[in-house]
Amino acid sequence: MRVAIIVFPGSNCDRDMMVAVETLTGRRPALIWHKQTNLDPVDLAIIPGGFSFGDYLRCGALAAHAPIMNALHDHAARGGAILGVCNGFQILSEAGMLPGYLARNKELKFVCKQTTLSVSSDTSCELIKSLDNSEKLHIPVAHNEGNFFADPETLDAIESNGQVVLRYGNEDKQNSGNPNGSLNDIAGICSSNGKILGMMPHPERAMGAGHESADGKKLLQSIFEAIVT
Amino acid sequence: MSVPTKMGFENAASMGLSKEEWERVCTHLGRLPNLCELGIFSAMWSEHCSYKSSKKWLKTLPTQGERVIQGPGENAGVVDIGDGLAVVFKIESHNHPSFIEPYQGAATGVGGILRDVFTMGARPIALLNALRFGEIDHEKTPHLVSGVTAGIGGYGNCIGIPTVGGEVEFDASYNGNILVNAMAVGLAHSDRIFYSAASGAGNPVIYVGAKTGRDGIHGATMASTEFSDETESKRPTVQVGDPFTGKLLMEACLELMAADAVVAIQDMGAAGLTSSSVEMAAKGGLGMEIDLDLVPVRETKMSAYEIMLSESQERMLMVIDPSQAEIARQIFNKWDLDFMPIGQVTETDRLILLKEGEVACDIPLAPLVDDAPEYDRPHSTPEIPEEVPAHTLIQDISISAALKNLIGSEDLCSRRWIYEQYDSHVMADTIIGPGGDCALTRVYGTNKALALTTDCTPRYVEADPYNGGKQAVVEAYRNIIAAGATPLAVTNNLNFGNPEKPEIMAQLVHSVTGMKDACAFLSTPVVSGNVSLYNETDGNAIKPCPVIGMVGLIDDWQNAGTIALPPDAALFIIGQDATTNTGWLSNSIYAKSLAQHVGGAPPPIDLEAELRTGSFILSCYENKLVQAAHDISDGGMLVALAEMMLAGNQGASITLPDTLDTHSWCFAENQSSYIIATNNPDQLIRNAEHAHIPLLHLGKSNSNQELKISNGDLISLEEIRNSYETGLRSRLEK
Amino acid sequence: MQVTITIEKKPGVLDPEAQAVNQALSSLGFDDLQGVTMGRQITVSIDTDDQERARYRAAKMCESLLANTVIESYTIEINEPS
Repeated sequence: MRVAIIVFPGSNCDRDMMVAVETLTGRRPALIWHKQTNLDPVDLAIIPGGFSFGDYLRCGALAAHAPIMNALHDHAARGGAILGVCNGFQILSEAGMLPGYLARNKELKFVCKQTTLSVSSDTSCELIKSLDNSEKLHIPVAHNEGNFFADPETLDAIESNGQVVLRYGNEDKQNSGNPNGSLNDIAGICSSNGKILGMMPHPERAMGAGHESADGKKLLQSIFEAIVT
Repeated sequence: MSVPTKMGFENAASMGLSKEEWERVCTHLGRLPNLCELGIFSAMWSEHCSYKSSKKWLKTLPTQGERVIQGPGENAGVVDIGDGLAVVFKIESHNHPSFIEPYQGAATGVGGILRDVFTMGARPIALLNALRFGEIDHEKTPHLVSGVTAGIGGYGNCIGIPTVGGEVEFDASYNGNILVNAMAVGLAHSDRIFYSAASGAGNPVIYVGAKTGRDGIHGATMASTEFSDETESKRPTVQVGDPFTGKLLMEACLELMAADAVVAIQDMGAAGLTSSSVEMAAKGGLGMEIDLDLVPVRETKMSAYEIMLSESQERMLMVIDPSQAEIARQIFNKWDLDFMPIGQVTETDRLILLKEGEVACDIPLAPLVDDAPEYDRPHSTPEIPEEVPAHTLIQDISISAALKNLIGSEDLCSRRWIYEQYDSHVMADTIIGPGGDCALTRVYGTNKALALTTDCTPRYVEADPYNGGKQAVVEAYRNIIAAGATPLAVTNNLNFGNPEKPEIMAQLVHSVTGMKDACAFLSTPVVSGNVSLYNETDGNAIKPCPVIGMVGLIDDWQNAGTIALPPDAALFIIGQDATTNTGWLSNSIYAKSLAQHVGGAPPPIDLEAELRTGSFILSCYENKLVQAAHDISDGGMLVALAEMMLAGNQGASITLPDTLDTHSWCFAENQSSYIIATNNPDQLIRNAEHAHIPLLHLGKSNSNQELKISNGDLISLEEIRNSYETGLRSRLEK
Repeated sequence: MQVTITIEKKPGVLDPEAQAVNQALSSLGFDDLQGVTMGRQITVSIDTDDQERARYRAAKMCESLLANTVIESYTIEINEPS
């Protein structure tokens, strides 16, 4: 299992993600500095949370143009797997690798709290195939811009393609625990090929062992299983 | 504008120097100072940098201890936590800037204290704060609370250090002068601590970080004067924080320190380049020569005075090993930060500044630091009020009505509205975040954890400064103990009014004495701190607020406590028993909120009982007798129990002896007490008897969603929760 | 040559900040308020005397970084030398 974590100036969950990956795979992932222009072949590239480039201009906008991103686009074009968490999700959306965008939270405040997530029953995401979608996941969020928005056509398309992966609260109950006002309670989506997953909640902060929940571990575990098989 | 080359006393007075201080400046120089030199003297001799009013009393605090590696006098205190690691921490105020511009004031407060910690070679791992705002219904309060909260979060969240705890209070005395104290905690290798004393004449002096602008010029002096409506218009001098650059600076400095290139390092905090250069040179007993034309600036035509007094953020000054200069430059290049040699360490014992080829400043260093004024300001004897008898305060309402009212009051309700705006678990080592007795942060890569808290009860300090000072320490101590951790050391932030008034000076003197006695008795030395005086608006002083930030250690985080009540556990009060016949309602939250009675003697503190009870609680943890624990403080026993119920989502049923009125049992603020939930009550009782610790079997927790009291009172958990959770939101989001 | 670029959210794109300002103005009694849009203004200096060239380069900057054209539109204005 070869995992790379892309590090931008201002990334601040890179170490947390590294610990989580190492805990689960037994192997320390490579930390790839954004100024690098090539990415050795990897099974999974992760863009961690944080405030890349201070979130200046727009969250993720400056990182989406960093030197490493060409290599990441190539990786995606080869059908490679990518996970973007929080700021990583914002970067993937700014880079055009995921649809929609992440607007400022509805209440205009940073929000850090535990959330309950439903895994979409019809998700086409290749990375979490083994995840039991009947069980709710408890994974915390911490962000200022997690309010997922897409125009009606795009939203229709991602809904009907099964690109919605995670929703806040109960899948059949609107607005049950949505922390940021996102459309259709969306917490995580995937690319049309199901190989790129962007999510606002932080699985690396729900690894058990002192954390309030161990469901992030479950989610990451399912990603590693999907990649190996 | 042309400035006179030589200054007179009027200039000195406008910078806050007294006549006597002005004469001292002239004597040391042997001539009249120029503007830049006078600016440097006035900044270094300001209350903020010189502690001239408080030094005499700060010296009395205990600062030594087996584990203390570095006490006060450096950027932060350093305490050994074993296994080659040390915890580095300090608290600092940013009161005045936060009132003028709440977001930036609070944000730069956080940035500044973080720099203090990573300057010592430590990676910051946690932030806490202690906040005081005006009355919650005051027109400015919601704006200030929102701004300060967003500012603390704005900096801490971005730089990626979790804000794990703190305290917030509302009181009319802070209507025109809020208090924003931020505490940072870091981890370092105990043999790799970095200090500020320069060494090695000829070594290059390097400026790193953000460029210098005109922001915050003379902030240290501003922090040392009273507020008036006029100063509110001083907006342009407020510094602006840049947490992104702060993050890069932190990473670059830590990388550089790991590369063994740093000889000495000091952050440019209050009084910017002035205090950093003066302190580095003076502590090393050397001199420094700086060419101000080399200082990276972002505005044109900055004078020597402006460059030296600017408080632009995210900057550091370093002396480096010249053989490592190239490596150092590469590290800063990698992080896209300025790295500029601006001068060198000299043997002259003087600070010499060059500007446009001419000497802009030439002053002897020793007097700036060693001969800084120190005052023994007159202080009156505080008049300690009598205890207000409980029976005059007890209200004719049910216990459940009183509880609902108190737990929904701004004094006691949930701070969730505030702390959910802070990233409290970035770094993935937060075991207990905001909302508990104290925060618990895992020591990265080990089983150890640090217990962290900030505490002060200003209404006690105002009524009885000595006992109030003591109480801030014992309350912090109890918060650490309740989590099962051993208290190690403290940092303090002394917030008072104008020390030139004898009654204010008395508050300082007596509360510091109380702190001294408590810290000495409980073996928690003071290793760092900050003093903020002149917290007055138009002559009205704030309630005195000497904040204690305490750090404790637990060897295995898995043995740490929780306040969350489990079901079917036996409940005990530790520290009181059925013979308890004093219910201290005087100066309590109950008296304030329900009887509208403010003042009166605060509860007395018996340090021996405190230590005995604290040790007993820790022994209970060792014997696995604690399923949940919480200390009893503001609001009394029933508020503490309700908080445990809410955290664990459990009900409880309790029986109270009739030695006291039920209201006293429930809401008195008697000190040195805890509530413990245990599943081995017999053993607990035996152990308490053996250790001569008073205890009271209170009742039992259960999975019913209600609180049942022996007098027949009943209240649902839902009702308590509604009151608790909406208290702040409903008043701040009107 | 100085060029002022104004970037705004496209109509129909969610802007919680503008919504909040709209609401606040309404509650202050501005009954005639019909809507609020918010954007950002960026001034760039471009080394050319040719207005068309400046306009072209500014548009390039918007397309490649300054605006997220999925959700934002931009306008470009040449600042006349005073």
